[in-house]
Amino acid sequence: MENLIRIGISEMQAAINPASFVTFALGSCIGICLYDKTTKTGALGHIMLPEAPPNKPNLKIDCYADTCIPHMLETMKKLGSRKDNIVAKIAGGAKMFEVADDSTFGAVGARNIEAVKIVLRRYQIKIVAADVGANYGRTVYFYTETGAMLVQSFAKGNKTF
Amino acid sequence: MAIENLEQLNEMHLDVLREIGNIGSGNAATSLSQMLNKKVNMLVPKVRILNVNDVINALGGPENPQVAILMKLNGDINGIMMFLIEQDFVASLLEALLGGKKVECTNLSELENSAISEIGNIMMSAYSNAIATLSSLNIRPSVPAVTIDMVGALLTVPVIEIGLVSDEIIFIENDFLGFQQETISANMLLVPDIDSLNKLMKSLGIG
Repeated sequence: MENLIRIGISEMQAAINPASFVTFALGSCIGICLYDKTTKTGALGHIMLPEAPPNKPNLKIDCYADTCIPHMLETMKKLGSRKDNIVAKIAGGAKMFEVADDSTFGAVGARNIEAVKIVLRRYQIKIVAADVGANYGRTVYFYTETGAMLVQSFAKGNKTF
Repeated sequence: MAIENLEQLNEMHLDVLREIGNIGSGNAATSLSQMLNKKVNMLVPKVRILNVNDVINALGGPENPQVAILMKLNGDINGIMMFLIEQDFVASLLEALLGGKKVECTNLSELENSAISEIGNIMMSAYSNAIATLSSLNIRPSVPAVTIDMVGALLTVPVIEIGLVSDEIIFIENDFLGFQQETISANMLLVPDIDSLNKLMKSLGIG
C-alpha cells in the first residue's frame, strides 16, 4: 500500500491525503484517529497512559492522552486543518489479563478510555466511532482518503468504522 | 549503589540473573517432564535485558499471536512474571497432557484453559522458587491468568502495571527440544519494580 505510516507505542503522526496509518496490537493502549474530511487530513496517535506525570524531564508527550491529543491537533493545524472540522475515532483500552483477587489489575485500559473521552470533550472534538474495552488486542488502520478506521484482531475478526 | 533502572545493571548483576535463569529453567524442565511423563530437554537459557520493542520483535513482531500466562508477584518482591509460548507448542503440550485430541488455540475449552494455566504455574513457580531459594526472600505469586493474543498487546501490560521508569524487561529465552526433537522457544519475562530489584540484588550480596 502506498505511503503506509507506522505508528509505534507512544508515537503520533499527521498527514494529508493520500496516506494511510497503522498501529499494531493495541492492548490497554488507545489508538486515536483524528480526521478532517474537508482537507482529508488525518492523524493517528498511540497513547499508553491517561495522564502525563508533572515535572518529568524528557517526557514522551505522545505517551499520554492529555498531552498527545493537543499535540495531534496542533500538528493538524499546521497542515491546514481547522479544529471545527475534526472528528475522532478511537480503539483499544482492553483489559488483557483477568488476575483473580486483584480487581485493580488491568484497570488502566478503562482509565485510558475515560481520559481520551475527557480530553477530546475539552477540545470539543466529537467521537464518531469507538471500539474500546473488552479483553482483546486490536490493530488499527486509518485511511485519509475516506476517514475509515479498520480494526483487526486475533480472535474477534475485523471491523470497519 | 541503588539501581534506578534496568539499564544500570552491570555484568555481575546479569550473572546473577543468568544463574536464576539456569536454575529456574532446570527446575521447570524437571517439573514439566514429571507432569507430561516424558523426557523434556531444555537448552541453556539466554538472559538478556531488552526494551519492550526489542522483546516484541524477538517474539515475532507485534501481531504474532502467542499464549501468555501472567502471574503477579507479591511479598518481598513485587512485580510481574509472564510466560510466553507458541500456540503450536501449547497445542502439543495439551495433546500430550489431555490425551490425543486435536487442540485449537483460538477455541479452548475450560479444561484446556486451566491446563495451560497449570503449565504456566509450574514453569513460573520454578523460577520464583529459584529466586526465593537463592535470596531467602518471600515471594507470593498470584493465581495465573491466561490470554492468547498478539504479543504487542500483551507486552505493554507488565510495563504499564509496574510503572517502570524505563521500559526494559528481563528476558529469559528458553529453547526446548520438542517431542520430535524440534527446537521450540518458550520465553519468560521478569518485570520486578525497582525497589524489589534492589532488594533482590542486596540479598544476593550485590549492590
